[in-house]
Parts: sequence; structure tokens; C-alpha cells
Amino acid sequence: MNWDFLVQQVVSGLTLGSMYALIALGYTMVYGILKLLNFAHGEVYMMGAFAGLGVMTALGGPDAPIVPVALMVLVMFLAGMSASAVLAMGLERFAYRRLRNAPRIAPLITALGASFFLQSTALLLFGARRRSYDSAEFIDLRGGIHWGPLNASPTRLLTISTTVTLMVLLTLLVSRTRLGKAMRAVSFDREAAAMMGIDVDRVIVATFAIGGILAGAAGVMFGLVYFSVYHLMGFTAGLKGFTAAVVGGIGNIPGAMLGGLLIGLAESFSAAYVSSTFMDLIVFSILIVVMLARPTGLLGRADIKKV
Amino acid sequence: MTEPTEPQAPKDERAPAAPKVGVDEWVAQYERRRQERAGPFAPLVRVWDLTPRPAWMAAVVLLAVVYGIFATNSGDLRIGINTILFALLALGLNVVVGWAGLLDLGYIAFYGFGAYVYAFVASEKFGVHLPTPAAVGVVIAATALLGLLLGLPSWRLLGDYLAIVTLFFAQIFLVVTTNGNRINVPGHDGPADITGGPNGIPGVDAFGLGSTEAVEVKTYYWIALGAFVLVAAALYLLNDSRTGRAWRALREDPLAAEAMTMPVNRLKLLAFMFGAATAGLTGSIFAAVQIGVFPQNFELFLLITIYAMVILGGAGSIGGVVIGAVTIGVTLEILRDADWGRIIFYVLLVSAVFVIVRPWRHVPWVVAAVVVFGVLLNQIAGAVWPRGVGRTPLGADGPLGGLVDDWVLLPERPGTIGSIAFVLLVLGALALTLSRGWPRVAGAVPLLYLGAFVWENKLIFQPSVTRFLLVGALLVFVMNLRPQGLMGTARVEIV
Repeated sequence: MNWDFLVQQVVSGLTLGSMYALIALGYTMVYGILKLLNFAHGEVYMMGAFAGLGVMTALGGPDAPIVPVALMVLVMFLAGMSASAVLAMGLERFAYRRLRNAPRIAPLITALGASFFLQSTALLLFGARRRSYDSAEFIDLRGGIHWGPLNASPTRLLTISTTVTLMVLLTLLVSRTRLGKAMRAVSFDREAAAMMGIDVDRVIVATFAIGGILAGAAGVMFGLVYFSVYHLMGFTAGLKGFTAAVVGGIGNIPGAMLGGLLIGLAESFSAAYVSSTFMDLIVFSILIVVMLARPTGLLGRADIKKV
Repeated sequence: MTEPTEPQAPKDERAPAAPKVGVDEWVAQYERRRQERAGPFAPLVRVWDLTPRPAWMAAVVLLAVVYGIFATNSGDLRIGINTILFALLALGLNVVVGWAGLLDLGYIAFYGFGAYVYAFVASEKFGVHLPTPAAVGVVIAATALLGLLLGLPSWRLLGDYLAIVTLFFAQIFLVVTTNGNRINVPGHDGPADITGGPNGIPGVDAFGLGSTEAVEVKTYYWIALGAFVLVAAALYLLNDSRTGRAWRALREDPLAAEAMTMPVNRLKLLAFMFGAATAGLTGSIFAAVQIGVFPQNFELFLLITIYAMVILGGAGSIGGVVIGAVTIGVTLEILRDADWGRIIFYVLLVSAVFVIVRPWRHVPWVVAAVVVFGVLLNQIAGAVWPRGVGRTPLGADGPLGGLVDDWVLLPERPGTIGSIAFVLLVLGALALTLSRGWPRVAGAVPLLYLGAFVWENKLIFQPSVTRFLLVGALLVFVMNLRPQGLMGTARVEIV
């Protein structure tokens, strides 16, 4: 057993898991409120990554930034998060709002169509070639933490710490604020919430926006850690994030966090110890097994159906 | 002088001679309201309503036969074959999604599996060369079995969850086929090559009967058409059978269906099996036509396209599904060609006017306004910014190409301007959906022109991306405007 290697896998699994968890949160919150599988969420994440790239290019590019690096990274995060939030809200307004009371198949197919449309839009606007964040140019990747077997580059540390911060903020938002209370109410019973004077439309838009913010952050993180962004990145990441949401119990916020980390670790371990080609196969098989054995996910509770 | 008409006179006309059982006033007037809504197309709707459905199917098949007789060019025949294969796939998906109401996103894997199984039993890959009838039989049995297996989760999982599991199954199928050239099999030295990996399995046997082999493209056209007629007829009968009615009951309300003692689980499996077998049969024809199978043939785009076909026509209606498949299939094929693509695009643009502008008597002057707008803009730009009109359009000598030259701005370097225009077009179209009345009509004029601008300066250069964009946009659009599709009947929810 090689301990250094193992620790390294844990670090990379946690990095990957952080991103999956952030994406999963968007899926899970929207599902909790609308019972809608927002397949286009992966594309929201992809567009966030491209927005971050755009801002970086506008600020002078990776090799000659015209502002301090810390500020540039901050602006990149803000740009990615706001672009994704706007996109997510736009999706809600134009693609899903009319279908709230439609049969379940309608919004699902709309989501597939929207996902495909956004993916091809990115292909049309940015081309099929992979774009690079080149974060090695402005961040010294040899820095970071080196304690014994533990090696973590600054971008990975940034990813994990930002994720933790965002999750704490989200938890506080949901449990402590009026908006959070309204979100919980709407997800519990939309009609009853509306009757109690909660502006359901506003709550739903806010949910999409929050999901978008988290996905946008994940997109910029992906660019910083793995460099390359491309038009198909949203599809696989979306599927993984979605898997994470389901494994944790869809509609359940702590479940999405846990699920994301588990999927990230599972992926990094299966890539390291089993086979990198069949990594996706292993992740998807985990999902299928979890869904068949425990359809409500690890932390979800069974839905009692009254007739 | 005209007599003052009695207000209730038309009502008397419509009143049924004798009240029929189960027909109230609303139902009795259904046809008339349908025709009123159709406006200028009312006679068409009338013909449509009066002609029995099998007659339509016969007409479609007859059209396909005529096409098959007169098409000589192998490219045209291939378009025909692809369209028929699409129609077959859409028919199969319609069984699962349209009738049984099970959301199967792994459908494309059945198609791929059928193609691969055919390649396994009829190619040099494993040296097996079954005669065609046996090979196709094996394919259908194998895919039906796979359908049965994949249908099993539908016992436990409902709706969205089933969609996810099946989607992941499709992904797994892709991973396995793409990487199936280095699988470690116990008792075999080194990694075994089963699926040929990304290079697929080339050199699949042609269809044959006895000693005659189908070599010509035209033969495959007839084979595909024959398979289509068989499957469509079988499904038509199935739809009216006990099983077909039971499926629809399952779709409308699984719980009530179960309470009425319907074997819900068996029905689900049966739907999956029928869908899968149809897809498998289509896959085997596809493999033989293409003389090979490759994992790239079975990617998500195909699934989304087939869904778009089923949805556009109206899930649940055989005729609708076939029309959806033919419309989308032919459109996608034609978009590959710049001249034809342009014609299709302008037809779509004019149809967009009909969607945007109500009442339809305003349509002619909106179209005229768009034309004048373009000509004026072109003249002004020609005087102020000559480089903005400097380029000759792609395919200028084709139909419409010459007209476009004097109408659409064609900047010398269309790259970035085209991208910006595309984003503006999307935003503008979305804004238009929010507006009503005069602003909507007024906004439509520059927007339609912008559409033409984006087409000539951006989309025409990237036909494959345009196909993706159109299919994606179509799904969102149809679902939002008419969730039941063009020919499906809207569900009346009783609360």
C-alpha cells in the first residue's frame, strides 16, 4: 500500500467532489421545489466556466493580467457565478415556467432540449476546440500545502475552501433567513405556501439563481484546477452532479453535499486503482445500484403517497 | 335589405338532431371550433378529419414507393433510407413513451445494441456469418431480452427516476462500446477486443436471401420500407388491441390501472420489449446499410432527435410520429446542403411569422415590411459602410442566393459579428415571447431580418451545429407552445 498515492487520491477526490457537490446542490434544490430534473444545469455550469474565461481574457489573459492575481480570480468567480445565475433564471422564465403544471414528461423533455441548445450555442460561439485557463501561468502550482504525504496545490485548496464557504453560506441561507424559510415552505407544499402569501414565483427564481451561482463557481473552479474548458464539459459534469444529488437523496441539501464528495472520491479511486477508462462506468453503476436498492438516496426519506 | 339575423340562429343549426350518449354541447362543437381556429387552413383540417387514418398511412407509403421508384441518385436514396430508419425508431419509441408513458432515455442503446449484435453474428469479427433471416431473428430476440432487463427497474422506479436509470444505461452502453476493445476476460490472454472500440466493427455482411445479396442502395430502400410497413401495421393493430388500451390506461393513471386489475408490471415490460425489438430491427438494417457499426452512431444527439420527432408529431399517435419523423429527418438531411438548407431556413422563417403574428391577415404586410427593411438597410449600409455588404453569399448562384445578396448585410469578416448577432437573436426571440400586441409585431420585423442575417453570416457555415441548435430549440418551443405535439390531442385534466 502506497500511502502517498492514497492521500493524493483523497485530495483529488475531494477537489472533484467539491465541484460535483456544488452542481448537485443546484439539481437538488430545483428538484426539491419543482420536482423538475433540470438537465440543462450542466450547461449552466459550462457557461459559468466560459464566462470566467472571458473575464480573464478581458483582463489581459493568463500571462499578462493587468490587475493583481487575487483580484482577477475574484472577478472571474463573480463573473462565472453571475453569468450562470442569469442563465439559470432565464431558463426558468422562458423554458420551464409555462410547464409547471404540465404532465411530468413535458418539462423533462424541455430540459433535454434546452441542454442541447445551450451546448450547441457554446459550440457555435466558442468552437469545438478546448480553451485553456492556463492557471499555471499566474498561480504557482508548486505552492500550497506539503505536509508529509499531503500535497495540495493552491488551486485545489482554493476549490475546497470556496466550496466549504459556499456550503456554509447556503446552509445558513436555507435555515436562518426569510428566503430560506420560504424555500422550505414552497418545497414542502407549493400551493399551501402560495395560500400563506409566499410569492412562489420569486422563491423559484431565487432557487434557480442560487443553483446557478453554485454551478458557476464550480465551472470557474474546474477551469482553474483542470485548465481546459469546452462545450461538452457540462454534459458529463452534469450527469455526475446529478448522480451525486440522487445518491445523496434528491431534494435533500446535505445529501447533495455528501453525494458529491462520495462520487468525487469514487471516481478518483476507481481511476487510480481500477481503470480510468471504465471510471464513468463505475460511477454510473454506483448510481444504478443505489437507485434500485434505495431509491430515496442515502439521506432522503421515503415519500409517502396518499391517493 | 338584409333581415336582422337572430342571434341564436347558428346555434340551432349546430344542435345535434338527437342527443348522443356521452356527447355534450362542448364535444358536439369540437370539430367546428377546431376549424375556426385553423383560419385559412380550415379546408385542410376538414379533409384531415374526414379521411380515415389507415388511408393516410397508405398515402404516405405510396409516396415513399413513388420516391423509391424515381430516385436514382444513391445520395437521395440514402436520405430516404435514413428517414425511414428514423420513422422506425420513432415508432418504437412511441410504444414506450407515447403509449405506455414510460420515460425511456436509454432507447438509443437498444438501437446500438441491435446494430452491434447484427455485427457480431454477421461479420468477420468473430467469423460468424448467419443467414440474414436468422441474424435478424437473433437481433430482435436479443434486443427484446435487453428491453426486458432494462424494463425491470420500471417496477420500482417511477417517472424521473426511470428516466435517469435508462439515461445512465445509454451512457454505459457508449462507454462499453467505445472501450470494448480492451476488456479483460477471464481465461483469455491479455485484453480481449469485443466491440472494436472507437473504430467499431467494419465490414458487416450485406443482407441476403439464399445466394442473392443486397448490394444496391435501392434494395435497402425497399427492405427498409418493407420493415416500416410491417412494423407500422403491427403497431396499428397492437394499438387497438387489449394490450394497447391497457398501455394507455397505464399512461393516464398507473395506480387506477392497477386497481382495475391490470397486470401493470407485465405491461411495462411488454412496452419496453416492443420498443426495444423495433429499435433492434432498425439497428440491424442500419448496420447492413452502413456496412459497419461505430459507437459514434449512437450518441445522445440521435436520442434527442428521435424524441423531437415523437414530440413534434404528437406522442401516442402513429401518424403524428411518422410525420414528425419524416419532417425532422428530411429537414436534418437537407440542412447539410447550403442551397437546400437556405430554402428550409427561409421556410422556417416564414412559418415563424405565422406563429408570431396574430391575426393572420397581418402576415402579408409584416413579410413586406421585413423585405423593405432589409433592402433599405442594405442601401444605407452600402453607402455608409461598404465593407458591410462586400461579401458574396455562400452559394450565390443557387436558388435564393442572388436575392439574398441584395437583401442581407454580408460583412466581409462575419465571425464575431455573426456570434453577437446570434446572441442578440436568441435574446430578442425570448423578449418577443413576453410581448403582446403592437410591440410584438413591430419587434418581429427587425428580429426576422436578424434571423436571416445570422443564417447568412453564421449558421450557413456550420450546418452540423445548426442541426443541433434547431433540434434543441424545437423541443423547447414545441413543449412550451403545444405540449401534445402537432397531431396529438390535448389532455383534458379533470380536477
